Amino acid sequence: MNKISDFSKSFRDSHLVRGLVDEIKRITTQNWVMMEICGGQTHAIMQYGLDQLLPEQIELVHGPGCPVCVTPLDQIDRGHAIASLPEVIFCSFGDMLRVPGSEVDLFTLRARGAQIRVVYSPLDAVKIAQENPDKQIVFFAIGFETTVPANAASVLQAKALGLKNYSILVSQVTVPPAMHAILSSPQNRVQAFLAAGHVCAIMGYWEYHPIADQYKIPIVVTGFEPLDLLQGILLSIRQLEKNEHFVENAYTRAVTESGNQVAQKTIQQVFEPCDRNWRGIGRIPQSGLGLRKEYAFYDAEKRFQVGHIQTREHEVCIAGEILQGLKKPFDCPAFGKQCNPTKPLGAPMVSSEGACNAYFRFSKSTIS
Amino acid sequence: MCLGIPGKIVEIEDSIGMKMAKIDFGGVIRSACIEAIPDAKIGDYTIIHAGFALNVFNEEEAMDTLNLLQEIADLDQELNIDEQNI
Ligand code: SF4
Repeated sequence: MNKISDFSKSFRDSHLVRGLVDEIKRITTQNWVMMEICGGQTHAIMQYGLDQLLPEQIELVHGPGCPVCVTPLDQIDRGHAIASLPEVIFCSFGDMLRVPGSEVDLFTLRARGAQIRVVYSPLDAVKIAQENPDKQIVFFAIGFETTVPANAASVLQAKALGLKNYSILVSQVTVPPAMHAILSSPQNRVQAFLAAGHVCAIMGYWEYHPIADQYKIPIVVTGFEPLDLLQGILLSIRQLEKNEHFVENAYTRAVTESGNQVAQKTIQQVFEPCDRNWRGIGRIPQSGLGLRKEYAFYDAEKRFQVGHIQTREHEVCIAGEILQGLKKPFDCPAFGKQCNPTKPLGAPMVSSEGACNAYFRFSKSTIS
Repeated sequence: MCLGIPGKIVEIEDSIGMKMAKIDFGGVIRSACIEAIPDAKIGDYTIIHAGFALNVFNEEEAMDTLNLLQEIADLDQELNIDEQNI
């Protein structure tokens, strides 16, 4: 018997869901606003209709943890320019294909003849590089701490194989600086964080203690199944109601305090912190992970000089405010009208982790 | 995209520079890199994201969590019954 599929099922058990929801209702005495950081969690919440099971006093706002959404426009435009070069095979996660740049998206470029391939893993891109020695293979290395080790492994493997035709276009970001940015904003409404379980599977949660202390905010490491999310919410409310604020782990089957240190070492070997622009949010100091000098050879930005990039965002899109938890998708005048998954104006409508996409797909569904 | 999918390690293989394994995702077998979980054994459950193992799943912790949640659900039912009786 496959125990894990049982686990996943167990963490969707409707009897336990009801029990947790009742307990949350029993202990909630006032209004609280909490943010789930990861867009995968936003989707699970909407998919199972968890937001509708919770008492009205609890408001969930959706965080910036959608790597596709926060990849800055200039980097997307640069990707498009590189993908258009005749010697290049441009490899990307599928989510990136429909993300609008200033002019086009990768999907359109592919229809016009550019060689663009969807890969499931950066290691697949390395394989393509091996098989196509006369081509330049560029992988669009986006992602949070969850994805960065895989991106790093691809560089290390290309090096081990002696491949000269592999490079990555880097747009990686890390969570703690974004939490600082959200909490230090004068408009901030977030009173508790559900920390992103799979980021913490890699990084642990030791980095979060000073944040919980500094901003007096509960931070609960949370998984992705309905029971995981409800447990994260319950633990946050318990802290809020008691005026406590510390870091708790509601995803112990996957996360430890120190995280996966082998993966952390792999990250540090290849990448180092740098300043990064977040689409819609702006520059967050030391929030990126760029290639170290020793690996500059694999930097697509250096390998391909594509000239000056002039960006242009769609004027009605309020993705930036949504990603900071200041607004919800329904607040956008274009939501579901000019902007929908087949004709997206902004990245959050495209990505399987984008809040606008989650609202569009699931806003009427419930768990029962 | 940070979604990780749980799967079971069914075969460990050494390929060029990277430790790879065959992972069983409920009947679908795919290759993934297990470089970051050097102590993993055949039969372990792992979380795979972008073809890369993030961590080994701790089955004991999973059971403990479920038991804890069961207690909360049961306790809550009792409390509700008590409140209704008052
Ligand atoms: S609905 Fe579309 S236009 Fe509006 S914020 Fe979301 S992505 Fe942008």
